[in-house]
Amino acid sequence: MNEEPIGMMQTPNIELPVLNGEGKPSSFEIHASSSLREKEGAKRYWQSVEELADSPELDAYVRREYPSQTSVLIDPVNRRSFMKLMGASLGLAGLASCTVQPKEDILPYVTQPSEIIPGKPLYFATTMPRSGGGIGLLVRSNMGRPTKVEGNPDHPASLGATDMYAQGSILQLYDPDRSQAILHMGDIGDWGGFSSEMAGRAGLMTSSKGQGVRFLTESMTSPSFIAMMQGILTANPQAKWHQFEPARGNGEITALGAQAAPQYRFDIADRVLSLDSDFMMAADQNATSVRYARDWAERRKVSASSTDMSRFYAVETSFSPTGANADNRLGVRPSDFEGFVGALAAALGVPGASGTTSTPRQKEYLDAIASDLLAMKGRSIVIAGGWQTPYVHAMAYQINLALGNVGQTVFYSTPVEASPTDHLASITELAQDMEAGTVDALVILGGVNPVYSAPADLNFASAMKKVGYIIHHGLYYDETAMLSHWHIPAAHFLESWDDCRSHDGTASIIQPLIAPLYQGKTASEVLATLTKNPGSTAYEIVKAYWTGGSKSTDVENTWRRSLNDGLVQNSAATPGTATPAASTAAPSITPAKGFDIVFRPDLTIYDGRYANNGWLQEIPKPISTLTWDNAAIVSKATAEKLNLHVTLQFEGGEYNSDIVQIEVDGHSVNAPVWIAPGQPDDTITLYLGYGRERAGRVGDGLGFNAGSIRTTKNYWFATGAKVVKKGQSYPLAGTQIHFTMEDRDPVRAINFPDFKKDLNYVHEKDGHDWLREPSKEDSFFPAYKYNGYAWGMVIDLNSCIGCNACMIACVSENNIPVVGKSQVLRSREMHWIRIDRYYTGAADDPETYFQPVPCMQCEEAPCELVCPVDATAHSAEGLNDMTYNRCVGTRFCSNNCPYKVRRFNFLLYQDWTTPQFKMMRNPDVSVRSRGVMEKCTYCVQRIQEAKIQSEKENRRVRDGDIITACEAACPTDAIVFGDINDPTSRVARLKSDSRNYALLADLNTHPRTTYLGVVRNPNPAIKRIIDPTLSPEAQTV
Amino acid sequence: MSAFQDDGPLVQAEPLAGYRDPSLTPIIGPTMTFRTITEKISDIVLEMDTPKWWFGTMLVGLAFTVGLLFAVTVLFFKGIGIWGNNQPVGWAWDITNFVWWIGIGHAGTFISAILFLVKQEWRNSINRFAEAMTIFAVMCAGMFPVLHLGRPWLAYWLFPLPNTMGVWPQFKSPLVWDVFAVSTYFTLSLTYWYLGMVPDLGTLRDRAKKTFQQKLYGFMSLGWRGSSKHWARYETAYLLLAGLCTPLVLSVHSVVSLDFSVGIVPGWHSTIFPPYFVAGAIFSGFALVLTLIIPARRLFGIKELITQRHIDNMGKVMLATGLIVGYSYVEEAFLGLVYPGNKYEHFLIMNRMFGPYAPFYWTLVLCNVITPQFLWWRKIRNNTIVLFILTIVINIGMWLERFEIIAVSLTRDYLPSSWGYFKPTIFDMMTFAGTLGFFLSAMLLFLRGMPMIPMYEEKMLLPASDPHGHAEEGIFLEETEEI
Repeated sequence: MNEEPIGMMQTPNIELPVLNGEGKPSSFEIHASSSLREKEGAKRYWQSVEELADSPELDAYVRREYPSQTSVLIDPVNRRSFMKLMGASLGLAGLASCTVQPKEDILPYVTQPSEIIPGKPLYFATTMPRSGGGIGLLVRSNMGRPTKVEGNPDHPASLGATDMYAQGSILQLYDPDRSQAILHMGDIGDWGGFSSEMAGRAGLMTSSKGQGVRFLTESMTSPSFIAMMQGILTANPQAKWHQFEPARGNGEITALGAQAAPQYRFDIADRVLSLDSDFMMAADQNATSVRYARDWAERRKVSASSTDMSRFYAVETSFSPTGANADNRLGVRPSDFEGFVGALAAALGVPGASGTTSTPRQKEYLDAIASDLLAMKGRSIVIAGGWQTPYVHAMAYQINLALGNVGQTVFYSTPVEASPTDHLASITELAQDMEAGTVDALVILGGVNPVYSAPADLNFASAMKKVGYIIHHGLYYDETAMLSHWHIPAAHFLESWDDCRSHDGTASIIQPLIAPLYQGKTASEVLATLTKNPGSTAYEIVKAYWTGGSKSTDVENTWRRSLNDGLVQNSAATPGTATPAASTAAPSITPAKGFDIVFRPDLTIYDGRYANNGWLQEIPKPISTLTWDNAAIVSKATAEKLNLHVTLQFEGGEYNSDIVQIEVDGHSVNAPVWIAPGQPDDTITLYLGYGRERAGRVGDGLGFNAGSIRTTKNYWFATGAKVVKKGQSYPLAGTQIHFTMEDRDPVRAINFPDFKKDLNYVHEKDGHDWLREPSKEDSFFPAYKYNGYAWGMVIDLNSCIGCNACMIACVSENNIPVVGKSQVLRSREMHWIRIDRYYTGAADDPETYFQPVPCMQCEEAPCELVCPVDATAHSAEGLNDMTYNRCVGTRFCSNNCPYKVRRFNFLLYQDWTTPQFKMMRNPDVSVRSRGVMEKCTYCVQRIQEAKIQSEKENRRVRDGDIITACEAACPTDAIVFGDINDPTSRVARLKSDSRNYALLADLNTHPRTTYLGVVRNPNPAIKRIIDPTLSPEAQTV
Repeated sequence: MSAFQDDGPLVQAEPLAGYRDPSLTPIIGPTMTFRTITEKISDIVLEMDTPKWWFGTMLVGLAFTVGLLFAVTVLFFKGIGIWGNNQPVGWAWDITNFVWWIGIGHAGTFISAILFLVKQEWRNSINRFAEAMTIFAVMCAGMFPVLHLGRPWLAYWLFPLPNTMGVWPQFKSPLVWDVFAVSTYFTLSLTYWYLGMVPDLGTLRDRAKKTFQQKLYGFMSLGWRGSSKHWARYETAYLLLAGLCTPLVLSVHSVVSLDFSVGIVPGWHSTIFPPYFVAGAIFSGFALVLTLIIPARRLFGIKELITQRHIDNMGKVMLATGLIVGYSYVEEAFLGLVYPGNKYEHFLIMNRMFGPYAPFYWTLVLCNVITPQFLWWRKIRNNTIVLFILTIVINIGMWLERFEIIAVSLTRDYLPSSWGYFKPTIFDMMTFAGTLGFFLSAMLLFLRGMPMIPMYEEKMLLPASDPHGHAEEGIFLEETEEI
């Protein structure tokens, strides 16, 4: 059974439309069974499954393994579409119905399940397990189909908000490319066969005390899983548990030890210094970014009565979204970074710290930051990026200690993860042991994909060949699964019974929203096959852990309460109870001649696990707005030095980007370049997660694999890289091609001291057209009176961090199609809400502004006037409604929209055939066909739902009854929606704020969506660089 | 022939002042008589062997038409996305072509209706040709508003058709006005053209020797017998239709221009558009008439019917309308640059002149403003080869002007974040080239199968048609035979 696979066999393609329109139709390949090889003697390809089934050996094998359902298995694969699988499952259910099935209740959040009313959604609390902790969610279930993810307001890591990955998880659940069958040596196997084989293996393991048995998982916070794993490890002391996540930093654990993990209180910090941290984005703080962004923004809310404002410094090696929100930001190349940090630590009184700054600019920042932080002792936070070196983490801790922040704004607690590990060391040890032949069996749980993501020098794929027995459990039949003996499809967390802890220790039960679509199993279920209770279901495992098998009413009530709430009450740990063990480390980056490399998890597809997620692929990267690709990010000066060009093409969204070869320590990769402002010179940032070969039809072959030059030595940073221009170019697809404001001032910003002097700054600026906002009374005709509701929205640009959560939430709520790279190249992306970003200032010292732009719902809407068929019309509540059925597609409305928020189905973008996607869609929103214009309507379906409810209860809609999808997702509460006719509503109060202004108000459109201007608080001691090459207009803000 | 023996009460034209100028070429050749006119024109239809060049050109025209059919088939199956249109450029080649073709059409109506009403008799020999051009140009134009729809099979929703849902078009939209303007224009032009042809179709019927020709023209001539009553009713109807068509010349392109004026896009939102578009339309229409008539008169040997005088006059019309177009450009630039009441307008002009599409702008200035200045010289107006090249240059310029207004304005409007670009695809090109091919094929069919010059109107230009009071011109004509 452990012979080397002898070649791929091609099954007929599953005839499902390719999601992105881009990916080559891939077939999933499976290994030939040995029986087949014996028959043909050499490499052989299937022409069809029927042909395969002709093999008597195989036939016999299948019958032996799967006696009752042979016919289902040998069906042609193109008929094995989802509904057929459902049919098969029902057939199995029918057979199984002779035995009494265990009762597994899940509980709705608010409404009892008995109240299911067709057409009415229910919300269930569950939790998305993430690296370092879970994020609490409320998932909308429409007739048993999870369709939308919202944050759980009670959950500490969410507070009601979510992020890109949580929103995108819905698409991942229904992904038709997810692995759909248990595979054994490439053949379809079954759970029964696997379990029985595991029983034998468990016996072997026990007899050898686990000698040669290795487990590989991601970081785990699931208490029930940990308990089971520790049980196995205790019983088999020779077995080892490895953990590996490619996006997981190892600096902190190396510097501070495994006993303590930090938590930050951004909501009370007056000064924040980020040392290369991207704490607002899940790519860095995977479990806490939503909470941290909320806290940070909370502290930054300003109003006329504010007397002070927090200040945020970012010193970083790449241009991160978090850095883009900083009051003062400095780009420092990795070679200089530790020196800068050391010098800063010394200036802040850290004993024994030393370092040097390399440029006068760094010195200027250092002096200003140091004096500012010293003046704010105990009220600041210094946070180091997860990917930073042990030295930087040690220094950050020391600085926090020296400033008295520890215990005030920074707390250390016992980590919520089981046995926190240096992931790099762990995977290295595993790979070396595998190479040395001391690993007999490897159990990979939870979708770890080391063949793709382990450091290149470990040669994990070849090491795997030396392991006799490999079990892979994951959502996809990926690069690692291909080389494993068993592949068990994992249940998605929305299909799973599981549990996890959040960053502060709060435990929550993960309850499934739907039965596994593809017979997936949870990690616990797979692991349980090696325990004394091999047949345990995930439900039994989780419930047994939390109830201890007790049947008492109290315990049962607590269990039900926990399911209902989405968390176990009072399970959070007390912060500040742990102390980091070690706190010193030496600088580890050796400056070398050449270029510095920074490796980062991708901002939208993370470490590659979301590579097959079209929503996340098409969401523009927060800084570059690139989609569907990664690029080598370089600064303008570096590009000039290397004569690299990124040339805008005339298609609309297409850049022609020069390809460079990047070589470091003998590994090289070719990458298209992207020139970003704010990137330190001679530094190249490479995003991981692309270049997947086995991601699925959407993710295969996109971008380049930065991991191919990432080694154990050059894990997050590399120095001395050689960069050679290759003379070829590559098309990159961006969603925004112009980044200066051109004197139109869509974003109005001011510094805090000036704001205090000029509260009305968004309206008062000499020589600007937006001064001339026409009054409604100027019209020849009397203005329309909105007597009932008047829906409006305010977006606080001071809070928007550009995280894209609103965009994906909108995609999910409104059934927005994915159009694929070829269409983004032609500037045809469909997002109803987009995030514009503008830069002012110099290319190496840019000030960045993010501006979410949904439909403005103009009271005098230019689009409505020009529609020849009345397909877009105004409602009595001020909504600019679209009647999709009536639209003939002249596109005049879009031409006439000054905000360009309308989106046109130039082709049939919507996937009408894939059954999984039919289940995924929001039934309350029309699915648009080609040739139809579409746009944001403030989630009119939610408005209607709330209105119907209020009419039944004979009352007006209350403020907060209607939360639009973007508003709900926003981690920073930047978006507020409500009735502006109700003077007590949040939105009405914000509209009376002095910072409230309308975009392009001079056009007499009277938009219902307005913005609150930006207020920043840069340190006056740091001078801005003004770039003479930018037009004077671009620098006025 | 019998038709002219019972001459009804013709609208007697006062000769042009210029007609008396001996230095000018006459509007009809000296060898022409009632008989030769009829023979010359009807023989092209009835007797002539179809020339080889006709087949060659037809093949080209049909090849492009097949390309059009292919492009349209793909379009119907796939959607607008096969074109280069995008966000923010919702309209590009589609509407550019529409406006351009509609503009082309204007020359025909202008020649046949307005010049008729103002008694410019020289138009008699070119009006049918120009009207046919109008019909085919409006057909080409009319395709685009349908094809450019996301869901073209629902185009009828733009018509106010009674339906059970009680849904009507949205009458505030200029696109609905377009529907009325263009459909009225096409209907009237077609009626006017056909009505004008009826007496000549009768002549063809009478002269036809082959049965199918007799049947065809017999059917098409609607029982025309040439009686005095027929002529009296015919003349009245023709005059009335001319009166109806005249405002259309001004209204159609004005309404088309309102598609843009009503919009708030900088570069569209301008009150100058209606006269500017009408002038541009006549400008490009005359250019295309010349482009076609210069080779046609040579190939069919009808230089005596379409004389240098016609060519010269049309050159003058082009010069006049070209100056109006040039003035409009100056006006737009002035409003944007010198009189900057509005920053968006200012930016727009700067972007047109120096932005990424600046080469287009300067090319169109060269084509539409500089080129017509050559027409000040009579020598150039009378040099058919130079004139032929000029007309093609002018029509390229006019197409670029529409592209500049429609698509380039859309690439950069209000929010810099939404700025974009436009690049056509092969399907854009095939569709446009296909309409050119369709137009060419239709014109060739017309030239081959219909009397391209109105025989009876041409005869009215003969001195013999005017026996009372203008004998001196007749004498003059007879004396200058060698021309």
